[in-house]
Amino acid sequence: MTGWLDALIQGVLLGGLYALFAAGLSLIFGVMRLVNLAHGDLIVLAAFAVLVVAGKLGLDPFVAVLIALPILFVIGFALQYVLLNRTLGRDLLPPPLLVTFGLSIIIQNGLLQIFSADSQRLRSGAIETASVSLGGGIAVGVVPLLTLLSAISVIVLLNLIFYRTPIGRAFRATSDDLEVAQLMGIDIRRIFALAMGLAFVVITIAALYLGLRANFDPTIGPARLLYAFEAVIIGGLGSFWGTLAGGIVLGLAQTIGAHIDPEWQILAGHLAFLVVLVLRPRGLFPRAQD
Amino acid sequence: MMDHAAAKPTQEFRLETAGRSPRAAAVAAIVILLALVLLPVVVGRNLIQDLIFLFYMLALAQCWNLLAGYAGLISVGQQAFVGLGGYLLFALTLLGGINPLLAIPIAGVVSALFALPTALIVFRLRGAYFAIGTWVVAEVYRLVFAQFKPLGGGTGTSLTPSVTSSVPGIEWVKTLLDLRTPAARDIISYWAALALMAATLAFVYGVLRSRRGLALGAIRDHEAAAAGLGVDIYRIKLAVYVATAAMTGMIGALIYLQKARISPDAAFSVLDWTAYVMFIVVIGGIGTMEGPIIGAIIFYLMQRYFADFGASYLVLLGALGILVMLFAPRGIWGLVSERHGLTLFPTRRRLIIHAQDSKRS
Repeated sequence: MTGWLDALIQGVLLGGLYALFAAGLSLIFGVMRLVNLAHGDLIVLAAFAVLVVAGKLGLDPFVAVLIALPILFVIGFALQYVLLNRTLGRDLLPPPLLVTFGLSIIIQNGLLQIFSADSQRLRSGAIETASVSLGGGIAVGVVPLLTLLSAISVIVLLNLIFYRTPIGRAFRATSDDLEVAQLMGIDIRRIFALAMGLAFVVITIAALYLGLRANFDPTIGPARLLYAFEAVIIGGLGSFWGTLAGGIVLGLAQTIGAHIDPEWQILAGHLAFLVVLVLRPRGLFPRAQD
Repeated sequence: MMDHAAAKPTQEFRLETAGRSPRAAAVAAIVILLALVLLPVVVGRNLIQDLIFLFYMLALAQCWNLLAGYAGLISVGQQAFVGLGGYLLFALTLLGGINPLLAIPIAGVVSALFALPTALIVFRLRGAYFAIGTWVVAEVYRLVFAQFKPLGGGTGTSLTPSVTSSVPGIEWVKTLLDLRTPAARDIISYWAALALMAATLAFVYGVLRSRRGLALGAIRDHEAAAAGLGVDIYRIKLAVYVATAAMTGMIGALIYLQKARISPDAAFSVLDWTAYVMFIVVIGGIGTMEGPIIGAIIFYLMQRYFADFGASYLVLLGALGILVMLFAPRGIWGLVSERHGLTLFPTRRRLIIHAQDSKRS
């Protein structure tokens, strides 16, 4: 019984990580209807960025991430402004989706070229193995707990930005009706670039916990993209809280699957996603019309 | 004056899809096909192996182009059917004792049977989300086959020599061309790949010239408008998805008959069976039949001369793909046909109007 309870708690905590993966994807789709196939590789890229900053400056990853955040914001802004904005508003084939797939191949193999296929990990000393006892023989790790708390904070902040600030109003306006937003004087190219920059900030936070919780290497990006995507769809499009719930459902499905047979972890997550898709195609907590 | 205005000018309309000289084109196609059939007599084994690769990549590209370029179904999960076809070939020959050449069409039929329920799930996702949905399905296929112990589970398995040498025709080729068994086997695979490639081209060409092809072209150009004109979008997309799954499954079976070794990671590789295929279609020109042919030849040459550079070669492929998408979205064939008005596969319908002057008659 304790085993099952433990699996459930670990599942919820793992869901925090998946919600962090998914929040960036959800943000980009929400604002510009762009599905970014490079999302997972960008998380891995950000993890390598934190690794390099921490290594070169001899900093703890939690400090290094503060330096990496503005850098990645600028990279995200520039990526959207210089490259992805060019693909907007074209009904022509091929669609922007394929551009992001090309980007995914470039990032993955660029990282392989620079860092090789070796496994890496962010090292942060005692906190990595620290845990809090919940009694009854169940303990939760501090890092997984921090991951979930960070996911909740990120979602609270994103909701504040979206619903309480002028820039958030511009995000929502472009999301609702691109053309009318432009007529109202919104510079959508700048808004899109800001949204991508903000998504990169979320991606970098996700990358910190990815690197602290487990090993990573340049090839694991696509799987993270799939988890992020599944969390978004399970939760329902257009709601950040739905994305958190979707992440937790996915995390639970994976840990329950792993508890039955370790080889079934990933498969159980994918199957949970397909089941939700069949039973509730608009997700568990739908908000936006696609 | 009044009479002239009232009398409608009589005009005759005619729709034409054939090229300027359809007979010459048919003769040229037959000559090229015959030359390719006879090629193994004069060229070495290396070129034959390269051409097998070129043919199956081209066939995969035509299938993906029909899906993405015409039906608007951008799949990132066609590796599901390549791997499924490959595994079906292994299961049918190793476990079922069926002749490999017979196993290829069976793999096609079974792939179509798998595609139907798959489509019912992924078709719930629209547009770009459909793309990632197909990828998830391909991962499910990979993980399930990794659990299938009779075919080696996660590490995979190899075809036994008794299976690979049971392909009909090997003895005949051996004595006819005085070759060893492996070389003769390559030639049979070459002919099978050629046949599948030609069949795929003929199939896609046939579809595009049919009534359904007109609907597909309409979906490609403007989906909402096509629906407004009475095209049953869902049914056509479903038909295209299942048909290309069958073709892709057969190609997958052939690929793994030639490779004689299968593992889940290789058979369901998104890079090998979807990313490369996308590159071929995008570079050549998406939404045309000629594009993938040009793209496949370019990809083959790049693969041959640059593949040794490993990761940086893939960075180059990705960058080249993005540059073409941004600056020549209709690909290399788009640039050529824009300038010279060329078509190799006339699928476009032209309206021929014979105006008869009403005043004179």
